[in-house]
Amino acid sequence: MPSASEILQTLTFQSGYNTNLVILGTTLLGLAAGIIGVFALLRKRSLMTDALSHATLPGITVAFLVSTALGVNSKSLPLLLFGAAASGIIGVLCIQAILRFSRLREDAAIGIVLSVFFGAGIVGLSYIQANAASGSAGLNKFIYGQAATMQPPDVLLMGGIAVAAMLATFLFLKEFALVCFNDSFAQVDGWPVSVIDLVMMGLVVLVTVAGLQAVGLILVVAMLIIPAVAARLWTDRLLQLVIIAGLIGAGSGYLGSVISALLPRKPAGAVIVLTCSGIFLFSMIAAPSRGIISATWRRIRLRLQIEADHLFEHAHENAKFVITQVELKELSQFRAWSPAFRWVLIRSILSEGQVVRVSEGFELTRAGANRGAQVSRNHALWEQYLMSYADVAPSHVDWSVDQVEHVLSQELVSELERTLSSRGIMIPQPNESSV
Amino acid sequence: MPVHPTIQESSQGLATRPEHSANSPLSIHAMTVAYHRKPVLWDVDYDAPPNKLIAIVGPNGAGKSTLIKSCLGLIPRASGQVEFWGLSYKQARSRVGYVPQRESVDWDFPVSALDVVCMGRYRMIGWCKPVSKKHKEAALSCLDQVGMREFANRQISQLSGGQQQRVFLARALAQEADLYFMDEPFAGVDAATERAIVQVLRKLKENNKTVIVVHHDLQTVPDYFDEVILLNMRVVAAGEVSDVFTSENLHKTYGGRLTLLAEAAEAVARASSGNT
Repeated sequence: MPSASEILQTLTFQSGYNTNLVILGTTLLGLAAGIIGVFALLRKRSLMTDALSHATLPGITVAFLVSTALGVNSKSLPLLLFGAAASGIIGVLCIQAILRFSRLREDAAIGIVLSVFFGAGIVGLSYIQANAASGSAGLNKFIYGQAATMQPPDVLLMGGIAVAAMLATFLFLKEFALVCFNDSFAQVDGWPVSVIDLVMMGLVVLVTVAGLQAVGLILVVAMLIIPAVAARLWTDRLLQLVIIAGLIGAGSGYLGSVISALLPRKPAGAVIVLTCSGIFLFSMIAAPSRGIISATWRRIRLRLQIEADHLFEHAHENAKFVITQVELKELSQFRAWSPAFRWVLIRSILSEGQVVRVSEGFELTRAGANRGAQVSRNHALWEQYLMSYADVAPSHVDWSVDQVEHVLSQELVSELERTLSSRGIMIPQPNESSV
Repeated sequence: MPVHPTIQESSQGLATRPEHSANSPLSIHAMTVAYHRKPVLWDVDYDAPPNKLIAIVGPNGAGKSTLIKSCLGLIPRASGQVEFWGLSYKQARSRVGYVPQRESVDWDFPVSALDVVCMGRYRMIGWCKPVSKKHKEAALSCLDQVGMREFANRQISQLSGGQQQRVFLARALAQEADLYFMDEPFAGVDAATERAIVQVLRKLKENNKTVIVVHHDLQTVPDYFDEVILLNMRVVAAGEVSDVFTSENLHKTYGGRLTLLAEAAEAVARASSGNT
């Protein structure tokens, strides 16, 4: 295990030139991928991006073979990346062509292109390994990534792409949003949808190709998509989404490479992706309103409200002002309340001041009695509505009423009153003073 | 390969209408549309009179949406021409507004109702510029016209279906067009939304606009519209509601689902896909 001072040193860029390069490079890559990924996600291009990254492999091998044959330095990175970008784009064009000229759906077209291109790349790779004199092993790094080999020009490339991503988003946020949300409207409105699409796709290609070396072609799609989906859990606003996704991407690039620097022989790419997934998992659980905790809490609150409604309705219909412990037990059995749920339920209505504790059990306060009367009336309103308008047989009414009476808003209740009174059906308001 | 229909059935209700002129906001001439090699609209001729509310009605699969989408260039035409005030769509585009079908977009998109309505102003704002306060005010007043001002900052997935439809309508109003195409704006909306849409339609007419609406509810056609196009792969009849909205024409449009045209279209599709 690394010591605390080692961790601090790595976190604060004090653990050597090479490590710093890697940390800086992957942070910038994460930033760019997070921002661009938002638009890939919103344009529903996540899978397409995966096909794109897999389709880069044959281009890399062809570029290697061609440059070897021509006697150029076959390890020249720009040349290899150019090959990668070219074959990635050809892969995307193949998907478009399959969609256009066959009856296959997009998922099938993506599946075909992804596997065929990747297969071709693997064949090319094994051919190089068997025949090339030297330098062949280096190509493997494009599959799984090898951040440790990052050089200053690579970091500059990442920085350039991050700046391009931010600049494009700053300039074209409105145009990107329009095309992602409603491309047919954009086209009718006169926007060059295919050009805007091309810019978005071009940025995705840039990030993918730049990410090949660091995280590898299998995992680079994760850098694009996971920050965006994680950020989506935290916000409903596009600009915030872009910023949060960029921060999550940069954060996972930074943390992931720091962790992999501290733990020997852990590949940076995979650790970065796992860090990113960790942030996503945390978001899924803890995000406000969209997270699991908040959703569960909402469900519990709704159930508490509904069951408390039942309790007060029961009291109202039986003209009871005190609910004894025995009755409470009977009601619990009938409504299938567990002892724990009953305990929480009683706490909640006690704290809302709708019942007070008395020696035999619980006495309804005026607020509690009113609630019972209100629920009862909603029940009657809805029942009448179903019978007179929806032609539901009276014997069947009760079940569906039970579901609805708790969720009737004030607006719906007055609408119901209007509808029913037009048919001469009046249901008296609960008389509050009689309690 | 473009499909040239060899079977043509006569279009009625057009005899007394003028040929397409610079006055007509929309004139369609001999338009045929094929979709995935299957012809869906045959030889459509129609001249929209200005300043009218026009309904397109017909059974499912009659090509109602296809008609407006091909007018707007969203679906390529196999043959025929479409002119707007005597101009091409490209030239007349700034005077045309569009309400797509509500189901055509993902309503979980991270924008507010106001953001969506502002999209109607984008073409006035232009490239790369943010939405200025002036345009936001305009968008807000469009939301007001559909009774949605109080929902301006609501995320669009938190709106009901009817409210989403009204947001789309407000976006089209924000385009400040002279001719509107609306694809099924009344589909699956609540009573309040239906009232709001009708109110907007009447106000548009008062302001000398023309509105072409894909509509599915035959009962309300005489109440809501001045003109009607009865469509079933071809124009069965088109003209003023009082003239052409007859039970005879409706029977021709809706009765006997598999017409000669539909069978011919199927045959063309089968032949071109190679499995007979």
